[in-house]
Order: sequence, then C-alpha cells, then structure tokens
Amino acid sequence: MREVAIIGVGETKFGELWERSFRDLGIEAGFKAMEDAGIAGDDIDAMFVGNMSADRLIDQEHIAPLIADYSGFGERNLPSVRVEAANASGGIALSQAYMSVASSVHDIVVVGGAEKMMDVGEESAAEILASTADQEWEAVFGATLGSLYAMMARRHMNDFGTTKEQLASVAVKNHLNGSMNPDAQFQRAIKLEMALNAPMVADPLGVFDCAPLSDGAAAVILCPWEDAKKYTDSPVKILSCGQAGDYMALHDRPSLTRMDATIEASKKAYKYAGIGPNDIQLAEVHDAFSISEIMAIEDLGFFEKGKGGKATEDGETALNSKISVNTSGGLKAKGNPMGATGVGQAVEMTLQLRGEAGDRQVKDAEKGLIHNIGGTGSTCIVHILGRGN
Amino acid sequence: MTVGIVGYGGYVPKYRITPDNIGKVWGVDGAARGKGLGIQMKSIPSPDEDVITIAVSAARKAMKGCDVCPDDIGAIYVGSESHPYAVKPTATIVSEAIGAAPDLTAADYEFACKAGTAAIQTCMGLVLSDMVKYGMAIGADTSQGAPGDPLEYSASAGGAAFLIGKENMIAEINHTVSYTTDTPDFWRREGQMYPKHAGRFTGEPAYFKHINACSHKLFQAMGTKPDDYQHAIFHQPNGKFPLRIGKSMGFGPDQMKYGLLTPIIGNTYSGAVPLGLTNVLDHAAPGDRIFVMAYGSGAGSDGFDITVKDSIEDYRKGDWCSLDCSNQDLIYLDYANYAKFRGKIKMGGV
Amino acid sequence: MEVARFWRENQSRYNMQGKKCGACGIVYFPPRDLCPKCRRESIGKMEKLKLSGKGKIISYTVVHDGLPAFSMQVPYTMAIIELEEGPKITGQIVDVKPDEVKIGTEVEAVFRKLGQEGECGVIHYGYKFVPKE
Repeated sequence: MREVAIIGVGETKFGELWERSFRDLGIEAGFKAMEDAGIAGDDIDAMFVGNMSADRLIDQEHIAPLIADYSGFGERNLPSVRVEAANASGGIALSQAYMSVASSVHDIVVVGGAEKMMDVGEESAAEILASTADQEWEAVFGATLGSLYAMMARRHMNDFGTTKEQLASVAVKNHLNGSMNPDAQFQRAIKLEMALNAPMVADPLGVFDCAPLSDGAAAVILCPWEDAKKYTDSPVKILSCGQAGDYMALHDRPSLTRMDATIEASKKAYKYAGIGPNDIQLAEVHDAFSISEIMAIEDLGFFEKGKGGKATEDGETALNSKISVNTSGGLKAKGNPMGATGVGQAVEMTLQLRGEAGDRQVKDAEKGLIHNIGGTGSTCIVHILGRGN
Repeated sequence: MTVGIVGYGGYVPKYRITPDNIGKVWGVDGAARGKGLGIQMKSIPSPDEDVITIAVSAARKAMKGCDVCPDDIGAIYVGSESHPYAVKPTATIVSEAIGAAPDLTAADYEFACKAGTAAIQTCMGLVLSDMVKYGMAIGADTSQGAPGDPLEYSASAGGAAFLIGKENMIAEINHTVSYTTDTPDFWRREGQMYPKHAGRFTGEPAYFKHINACSHKLFQAMGTKPDDYQHAIFHQPNGKFPLRIGKSMGFGPDQMKYGLLTPIIGNTYSGAVPLGLTNVLDHAAPGDRIFVMAYGSGAGSDGFDITVKDSIEDYRKGDWCSLDCSNQDLIYLDYANYAKFRGKIKMGGV
Repeated sequence: MEVARFWRENQSRYNMQGKKCGACGIVYFPPRDLCPKCRRESIGKMEKLKLSGKGKIISYTVVHDGLPAFSMQVPYTMAIIELEEGPKITGQIVDVKPDEVKIGTEVEAVFRKLGQEGECGVIHYGYKFVPKE
C-alpha cells in the first residue's frame, strides 16, 4: 500500500444556491481543487463522485460522467464513478478514491461530492431523506430521519440525563464556528435561547437541532504521498480510513444511544494510523442532528459514553479547547449538501492542517479526524488526516 | 332452524364532536338541534381510519372472543355505504387481516343502513345450507353529511362484526324476515361525496312504514308481542325515531336502553343496528330474547328474533372485547379539526 | 406504480407475520430469511411466526415536521416498540394525546391506513399502535 496525500481542495459555498445547477456546482468545486493543486486535466486518472440522490432530487441518473464531461473530461474518456451511501456518499467516495491510489491502481484522482437539494420542495426532500433509513419498515410508517434521531435523543436524555440545553449548545458552538467560515450556509452566531425556543421538528429536536437542506459541492485531489511535493509545499497525509456498517433500521440495533458503526469504523482508523483519540486535536463529526454530534464525540472515544452533552455544554469541544469539533460550522451551520458533506469535511480538515483556516484556525493542528454517517448510522466512514512534513 | 352468533365485536373511533360545535359554524342553535335529534355527540374517524380499518377492528374483536380457526370461515360479507373503494372489495382486505383468506367467498354489500343485517342473513343462509361452516357478517360506515346539512349532526363512524355458525353459539337467531320496496328517501349517486335525502319524506313513508310492516311480519311469524323480548334494537338515524316507533309498538325504555347508541355515537349507518346488538349482547342474560329491526333507505327492513344462550357467560369470561362507548379516553374535536379529519377542506394538489 | 411493492408485504404489515430462527430461537420482524446471529446455520430453518402485536415503548418522539402522507395527523407520535416476542419495530402511536406516551408505555397493534397513492390510487394498510387498555 502506498501512502496517499491530499494535494488540492475546493468547495462551493453551501446553501440555497438558486441560480446554480447541479453541474455548475460540481464543476466549480472541481476546478477550485485542481487550481489549488496546480494540476492540469491531463494529469487526472479517475474521478469518484459522492452523490446521494440526484435521481430523485434533479431527475438525473448516471451523474458521474455528467460531472466529468462538464469538467472538460469528455475528450479524455476519463473513468468516473458515482458513489452512494446516503449522507456518507462523500466520505465513501473519498475512501474509494484513497484505496485506488493506495493500491496503485490510479495515481491522481479527483474526489467530488455534489448535491442539489433545493430543486425539490421541503416535503419531497423529507421523503427522500427518510428513504436513507429503511423505507419499507421505518419511513412507510411515518418515520422521518429527524424523528429517528429524535428517538435516539430521547433515549440518551433518559439514560444519561442529557438535557435540551446540552443539545442546543451543539448548535450554538457550530454556529459560532460557521460565522468564521466564508463557505458556510449560516455565518451568524446564535444565542442558546434562540436554539431552545425554536419550533419543534421532532420532539425533543427543534429547528436548531437539525442541519438544513443545502446545495453545494466539494472536491479534493489525491496523489501518492511520494509525488505530493511535486504539486504542493503543504500536502496533507491520509493516515488511515476505517469504514463500518450496521443494521439498516435503527430499531434492529442493540442500542439507540450509541452508533456501533462509528465505534467500529474509528477503531479501525485509529489502529491503522497507530494512534488513539487523545492524539487528535480536531474533528469534523457528522452533526446532521445535535444528538448525532453528542453521540459521535462519545463513540469516537473523545468523551465517555453519556458525557458528550455535558462536555459540549462545558465548552470542551469549542475551538481550541480540549478538542475542536466541527470548526467548519459542521453540517448544522456550514450546511449539509448530502453527497458533498463528507468531501467538504476533508476540505475543512485539509485547510486546518495546512494552517489556512483563517479565524477558525486550530492552533498547532497536527492530526484531525473526519466522521461521516449514512442514514441513521448504518454506514460510517472515518478518515484520519495528518499534517504533512 | 339452528344458526346463530358465535362471536361478535364492535368498534367505534375515539374522536367526537358535539352538535353545538357543528351548529356554531352554520349559524344554527346546534345544542337545540342536537336535543331535537336526541344526539349528544357523534363519532368521527381519525384520518387513518375508514370502513376497512373499522371492519377489520370489529372482525378481529369477534375472532378474539371465540375459539374459531379463521380457516373455518367460508364467507365474509361487509355491508357499508362508504366503502373506500368503489371497485375493490373491503371484504378481501378483512379476509387477509383476520387470516381467513384464501379459501372463502367474499363480497361487499350496499343497502344504505341495513347492508350489515343483509350480510347476517346471507351468512345464515350459507351456514344453514351447509355451504360454509362459519360466515362473517360486518356492517360498518364512515358516513358523511354535506356541510351544513342536517345529516351532519348525526352521520358518524363505527361498525360491528358477527361470526355466524351452528356450533359454539352464544345467541341463537330464531328467525329473520324482510320487507322491501322501492322508496327513494335517501340516496347517493355514483361519484358524489355526500348523500341526498328527501327531507320529511324519510319519516312516515320510509322509516316508519317499513319498520312497522317488517316488525308485524316478525311478531306474526313468531307469535310474539313486545313483552316477550327483554331487548329491542331499532335502526337509529337519530335518538328519537327508535324510541318513538318502539313506544308505538309497546316497547318500553328499559327494553331499548342497551340497543340505542346513537345518542352518544351518532348514526353509524350500516354499523348502527349491528353495534346496538353488540352492546345488548355485552349486557344480556342467558335466556334473554332480542328483537332486532334494521332499516335501510331505498328502502327495506330486516328483522331478527334472537335468544341469548347460557354459553354467553363463558364467552364473557374469555378474551371477549366489550364495546365501551362511554370510555374516558374520548378526544373531542372542534369543527375545524372535524372538517380536516373528514376531508372537507379543499387541499392544494400535488 | 407501487402496488406490487406494497402488496407483497401485506402479510407482515396486516398480521405482523415475522420469522423465528429454528437454530437459536430469536424472533425477527420484519421477516428475514437469514438469522444475523446464526447465518449459515439458519438457512432453511427460519419459520413463520405471527406476532402478538403487544409490546412496550423504548423511545418515542412527537413529529411536527412530518412526511406528506401523515400531514393530516401532525403532530403525530412515532415510537420504537419492543414486542413481547423480542423484536423491536418502528410504528406510529395513534389516538393519544402527546403527553400520554412515555418510555415504558405498553401498547398493542391496531389496523390503520398508512397512506395512499394519491386520490385515485390504492390505499395502503398496516399496523400502528395504541396504548394497551
């Protein structure tokens, strides 16, 4: 296995991008990443695109060659692959690309992630998101994605005494971080009361406990570590990746208050990187809902099970604290364009490890973890990235 | 003849609205209107309830109470004037949902408010002729009155199911008679949402004439008089008609107290007499005799003479589900929510 | 047209028909042809089993932003229920005021409409739950 570097990153702004089409978004992110890496189209061997539901969101199947074509690769007959793993599509696209470079199948690979969600109404979007849970045995009976996470939250509150204030403190922190990220959908800090008094989505989760619907795209360029210095002075190394799965439906899992896929995926990632949770200074975790950030920071080993809410409330996950969590604003404030989300996490982590994250820069960031979930936790992908030397 | 009821179950949705709430919207003294009709409140189906769910709920209760294998049911008939499908039988879904499919015959009936009793008669015939071992007869409705129409104060939802057979009877049906004419007192044309009625024509030439004629046929056939019955159940489009006709024949309020549910649940149409019968069976003593007289617009009456058997006591000690319409868990709706529940609000299309 | 997709699940959605692993005895709902615990051992040994529909709530939520098919019932209550026979399932709790539902509340299955394919399409039926009387 070869070591693999990230040599270029790019992303669009995340948000309600009414004037931009799906292909506009994919191309912008891809071009930015290629420019960042200083490479030409002829250098690229393959493209992996994370996308959750272009078929239902924009009526387009087969989007990988579409993006490749409009990125100028039509003449080059570039191989391209769409990767789908619900909200983890981007993270899994990254891992697939990583493996293709590590295994020497490809040298230079573009990893894209793109989702255009605002072209359908909110009700349709809710149906599509619910279908990332088990359509036949959860969504058919009325379960939205939010309602399933709400049941995790209810149980977490019941079992560990987690409070609504602690849930809301996730949003407060992530909005503060988002206010320092020019690509974020919400660049505005909020007060705890605002989150606490927001309308309910699925009790106990209110509007500020839920990531928004977003349009957006992100891209990163991978190459073998040994070649990275040819393209950039500040390559970031992919130290490891670990993926795990679980029962499709939430109700089939042994516990509602932990995600075994996160536990297993991170165990693998830590093992391959030869480090542990204490070696990580910052993490982009999957906060599609406030409870998912609290469960993630527990399941990733940053905090003891049941203590994630209190840790967040106590500021232990704020910027430059014990561990900086979701410096980008997370899915909550940066935005959650499903297939782009996991790739966007890699963009943020690369900027942080290069020291280019501006006002939200984590001091002395050496090693960072990114964590991306599909559905209610039936897919989890964890990557650990390190500052290049 | 030896045929009767082996199991029974009734189901009434939990939601209610009072006449006062309805009248307020239409500028009518609803409380007075309710008093005039003898209706204190009426049941409303939840948005996820319809004749199929009501029929299944009632049928499952009937099966729970008796020890009959669903495979032994040879026929299922569901009488209703508000089947959710114009084409596609309610009875097939009930058959699957109680585990009786596929070895049986099934069909839906419609005869205004007496489709359920017509189903009982059909099952009696099939059982007596040994064509089937058991037959399931169900009457259920989620009827609607047009907004502002007097029917809106009474049209409600509910249904009851009876397993008819020769073995393990808890009540024997001694005899049944019918009386049928072409009398257009009430109707609903294909494709129309709400029924139409002929105002006061629904009274004397329709309800009263048919019930009187059919009742006299039954008295004559059985050689009985009102005093011979402990219970009487008449079709009950409102709370007043059944009391009036019963009294005119010589039935007293005590004989009618269990069989008259319209004052607290409204008129459940095809479910009305069947539900009254379930409530009587919940309370009747062994040996009690029951006079049953259904009426369906259009028009016709079905009469039944029933004797409760000793086995009803064991039945009520078992897994029996009584009809408790007076339970504490009722949920009262205002007119806006009632209109929403009943699809009376024009929604934006998709 | 989703007719066949729904129709083929009717036995499970109407009558809560699950499967029991002949090797280890664990009951599964919805039915599975392979026991995740016994895997190869369970092949050919998964027996049909009708569940009682009785169980208790292990978590719940009141849904305010619901799916379009349930818009008439908003806010509606969803729960994960642990059935007597062991399996856990997701279902709607109906005919309740939101504050009547708690973790531990005992419920039983009822037969209700799940949705329909538009005004002209087929109607889907299946289980929901009410508090046990």
